[in-house]
Amino acid sequence: MTTATRPEAGRSRAAIAARTLRTDRWWFPPLVTFVGLSAWVIYATVRVFMHKWYYVEDYHYLTPFYSPCLTDRCVEGAAEFGTPLPTFWLLPEAALTLPFLLLFRLTCYYYRKAYYRAFWLSPPACAVPDGHARYTGETRFPLIFQNAHRYAFYAAVIISVINTWDAARAFQTGIGLGNVILLGNVVMLWAYTLSCHSCRHIAGGRLKHFSKHPVRYRFWTFVSKLNTRHMQLAWITLGTLALTDFYVMAVAAGWWPDLRFVS
Amino acid sequence: MTDRHFRVWRGDESGGEIRDYDVEVNDGEVVLDIIHRLQATQAPDLACRWNCKAGKCGSCSMEINGKPRLGCMTRMSTFGDDETVTITPLRTFPVIRDLVTDVSFNYVKARETPAFAPPSLAPGDYRMQQVDVERSQEFRKCIECFLCQNTCHVVRDHEENKAAFSGPRYFIRAAELDMHPLDARSDRKEYAQASQGLGYCNITKCCTEVCPEHIKITDNAIIPLKERVVDKRYDPLVWLGRKILRRDQVPGAAPAPVGEGGIPSRGVDGKPLGTPAPAGSSMAPSSTAGVTDVASGLGDGHVRLPEAPPVGADGRMDVAELLATNAGGPSPFGDDQQFPLAQVTYRPPEPDKD
Amino acid sequence: MTERIERHLYDVVVIGAGGAGLRAAIEARLAGKRTAIISKSLFGKAHTVMAEGGAAAAMGNANSRDNWMVHFRDTMRGGKFLNNYRMAELHAKEAPERIWELETYGALFDRTKDGKISQRNFGGHEYPRLAHVGDRTGLEMIRTLQQKIVSLQQEDHAETGDYESRIRVFAETTITELVLSGDRIAGAFGYYRESGQFLLLEAPAVVLATGGVGRSYKVTSNSWEYTGDGHALALRAGATLINMEFLQFHPTGMVWPPSVKGILVTESVRGDGGVLRNSDGKRFMFEYVPDVFRKQYADTEEEADRWYSDPDNNRRPPELLPRDEVARAINSEVKAGRGTKSGGVFLDVSTRMPAEQIVRRLPSMHHQFKELADVDITKEPMEVGPTCHYVMGGVEVDPDTTAALGTVRGLFAAGEVSGGMHGSNRLGGNSLSDLLVFGKRAGEHAAAYVSALDHRPKLRPADVEAATDTALAPLSREGGENPYTLQQDLQAVMGDLVGIIRREGELTDALKRLQELKQRVAKVGAPGGRRYNPAWHLALDLRNMMIVSECTARAALEREESRGGHTREDFPAMSAEWRQVNLVCSLDEAGDVRLDRKALPTMPPELLELFDRGELSKYMTDEELA
Repeated sequence: MTTATRPEAGRSRAAIAARTLRTDRWWFPPLVTFVGLSAWVIYATVRVFMHKWYYVEDYHYLTPFYSPCLTDRCVEGAAEFGTPLPTFWLLPEAALTLPFLLLFRLTCYYYRKAYYRAFWLSPPACAVPDGHARYTGETRFPLIFQNAHRYAFYAAVIISVINTWDAARAFQTGIGLGNVILLGNVVMLWAYTLSCHSCRHIAGGRLKHFSKHPVRYRFWTFVSKLNTRHMQLAWITLGTLALTDFYVMAVAAGWWPDLRFVS
Repeated sequence: MTDRHFRVWRGDESGGEIRDYDVEVNDGEVVLDIIHRLQATQAPDLACRWNCKAGKCGSCSMEINGKPRLGCMTRMSTFGDDETVTITPLRTFPVIRDLVTDVSFNYVKARETPAFAPPSLAPGDYRMQQVDVERSQEFRKCIECFLCQNTCHVVRDHEENKAAFSGPRYFIRAAELDMHPLDARSDRKEYAQASQGLGYCNITKCCTEVCPEHIKITDNAIIPLKERVVDKRYDPLVWLGRKILRRDQVPGAAPAPVGEGGIPSRGVDGKPLGTPAPAGSSMAPSSTAGVTDVASGLGDGHVRLPEAPPVGADGRMDVAELLATNAGGPSPFGDDQQFPLAQVTYRPPEPDKD
Repeated sequence: MTERIERHLYDVVVIGAGGAGLRAAIEARLAGKRTAIISKSLFGKAHTVMAEGGAAAAMGNANSRDNWMVHFRDTMRGGKFLNNYRMAELHAKEAPERIWELETYGALFDRTKDGKISQRNFGGHEYPRLAHVGDRTGLEMIRTLQQKIVSLQQEDHAETGDYESRIRVFAETTITELVLSGDRIAGAFGYYRESGQFLLLEAPAVVLATGGVGRSYKVTSNSWEYTGDGHALALRAGATLINMEFLQFHPTGMVWPPSVKGILVTESVRGDGGVLRNSDGKRFMFEYVPDVFRKQYADTEEEADRWYSDPDNNRRPPELLPRDEVARAINSEVKAGRGTKSGGVFLDVSTRMPAEQIVRRLPSMHHQFKELADVDITKEPMEVGPTCHYVMGGVEVDPDTTAALGTVRGLFAAGEVSGGMHGSNRLGGNSLSDLLVFGKRAGEHAAAYVSALDHRPKLRPADVEAATDTALAPLSREGGENPYTLQQDLQAVMGDLVGIIRREGELTDALKRLQELKQRVAKVGAPGGRRYNPAWHLALDLRNMMIVSECTARAALEREESRGGHTREDFPAMSAEWRQVNLVCSLDEAGDVRLDRKALPTMPPELLELFDRGELSKYMTDEELA
């Protein structure tokens, strides 16, 4: 009976031996995600704990990984917001912001999909069995804290302002390739931050009557358009962050000079 | 016209196997055409559900090469020329026979999802703006093929979660009603969190991937619902706003008392509390008595005051919200902010008959 | 055959879970009756979901000049005055209320600027009148009614602790026989498709809402369920069918590619600017405007094109003529050799408006053809031709109560299975409102009938045993005929000989072949067991399809004129004498189809006055007008 009138008296599912009958390369996208995210995390970890080559004094280039620079070993000019933190090798220079950025990305609705699939295999791909015997989703500790995405979003907005400040400050000494990279990075960071699902909700998604709030409706429409690209922006910003950091590192370490357009 | 190789699962709850068939395939055919040819020529008793064969009824859900699909919406031209096509029943539900499964899980969950709660308006007096109904309309495109329910790993891989988890189909139902401009209940999100198992969803988006109607289930329904729960429970600014504005104490802001399972208690002929519909307000004199009370859809108290939207004669909205008759609600503190006014019975203007 | 048969006790049994059935069930339940809904497929999959255009109701939202009298007039004109005037009147008057009621159940129609239900143009309707949701109005309606039933069940659950205490849906269940006690309905007998187990519903009132008969045709937009079950059940119970010769062929069904053959291209494609062209690229509809319509339709392409933006000062494009005119025009073009390779003509919107507008206004059309057939309607024209779509004929009912006429009592019919409302041709959009108006009336009056009974009719065990034997026969028949072959043969006979254009010789031939087929159907066999066995299900349905097809063929041979959904090549004109006659089908004692003529009820003067004499003179005899 399909009327839902009888209890499912021990009915069983179809006995299909194969765990999945998908014939396409379903394992490929999670593999790419796994490799991509892992590589980025390794790079970022190494860089954060290098404690050097993060600031180009001549051109005021500060890598986003060290912004704002808050420990007392921060080089001259890099610490725009004071140096309240002590020097300790485990303490990143941007110790007050990095945890929030990490939280923002960890609780991001796109990244959740990406790492639940690629790292946690829950599930690795659609209609491919989950790698776990039990599953409670985000109903209990610790995953219930995924709901803190809203806090992280508020923090991420503040951090994006700081990054914008960094990019703007670098124009004080003229314009070079580094400026372009920093600026591009900030633009993409804003796009990623504003395309966030929480932002979409705050902007207008929470409203019941769009017609009573025309301005917020417009903003919501704008964020909704950005939001459809949230995945792309998530990857693009990983790229621009790493690129920006690498460029600043290269110039700071003297591997190559900055290409200056206007001095 | 060529013969192609197919593998079809045959069997019932006591067991079964994938059997091989060679079937003729013509240009422009879909998988369901092949199943029909199989029935007509080689396996008359091959069980398969179908109705419209046009992707509108959502009956012919099956798994084709391991992917949840509608048989009528899977063109044979999407496969390679000599590719073997494997057809199996939906895995998540108990099998009845061959490709037919017992989908009663979904109907049980449908029954547990609180229904639309009509406002205190007479039939014919409903006024809604197109921009306000569009979000809910997207979810009402759902053809109930249950592919999302089938593919969702929460129940597909974990039978034990079926009791606590309603599945994507009923999350979009909850979202649809929560976004309905005239729905009189305000506790849909709490219900989704507490009784539908919204927290089980880890937004891996497979429901969106398989939806034949391309409803953005995750982005437009589940995540907004999660965010609405966050509003109520976790957002620091909203919490602060509530404390300052004492919204919690505004009469009528509390959700209507609910009965068991979140269903408002109301008798079979129990006349609800709202004002009765003015009979014969239409130009169509019915020779029958007016619609019965329940059918006329009078809701419980708990009124949201209907307000005219700030649109001009051309149906467009003013550029500046501040110029509108009612300026936008204070952003994070809720759009349905009501002053502690006594409940006012509001009669929308008569439909103009120019 | 001894086996335990599941028995249930109900007040009202509604057979059919489409729009009419669900609306009837809601009404019966609201009247306090214990109600069962029988659904041949899953709950919410009924053929109503296929309706795209909208539900016609003179709410006057789009044009305030619209009212029930205009709607009534349009309906009568569309049906070529063969309609049961009272049904058309009730329908026009009550449709708006029924639509508004849907909103209280949670329906979300498209809106006008001032927030009312938006209404769109449709063929045969004078004003924009169709309440719609994009082009998936049927889905919205079935879902809304389905959810209303669920909400009633929730109320029952809150009160009694049982969801099914007052209303229960028997999904995937087929009724094969109505059980009588004398001339009164006593119950319904059928089987669960899933298990093949039989069930008996004892109830004094049955509402038929089983839909149409399209599965007897080769090219059809109807789903497999449309095997004329309700028609046949009613006949066997002693009720009568009228107007069975009138079948609506939707003018624009897809003819190519095969995966979408028969699928409808909604009329709104034409309402929104789509035009029909033959293989020479000529917009041919201008040559097919009949004299009756000459005044309302444009003569030139220029005027027709202006109408889309300025409907008040221009006449409508001929693409919006009633369906039968369009179907006939396409048929003539194809027969004259100006059709496409697959036997259709081109329907083109791609050159008429920008792609994005097409996607916005016809979203599910666009989606459907893209996905089903890889055809992009924003880039290329569609290939369309006539498709069997709707049967105007059906159970002859009392207009006010929907009670079936004939000898049976306690039987009600609503929706496509009932006859009379649409006359010889149905206007687009009138079926969805018909479902609601008469569905409600059927439920209401079935409940009233039950209340008025002083005792429940008792059924005889022998009848149930006979029904069991009949149902099991195909399973035990060794080496019986393949039901799929039989169905194909029946479809070939009906499609080729009793199709859109009919001739005496072919109809006589068809009747002869139907007799032969009848013998073969009596020997049909189904291999396999009782559990979800589609071959067995089809074998049982074939019996119903045969009876109904015979009614259609006989009535088509009898009616010597062309009118609406019945076109005789040998009698191409409409006859005022034939307008006064309904053809009534019944079964005699031997179980053979019998055909009688019956006078059409006379329209009262106050309704006649809605038309001008000039118009009436095209349809009526001089005596009637005097």
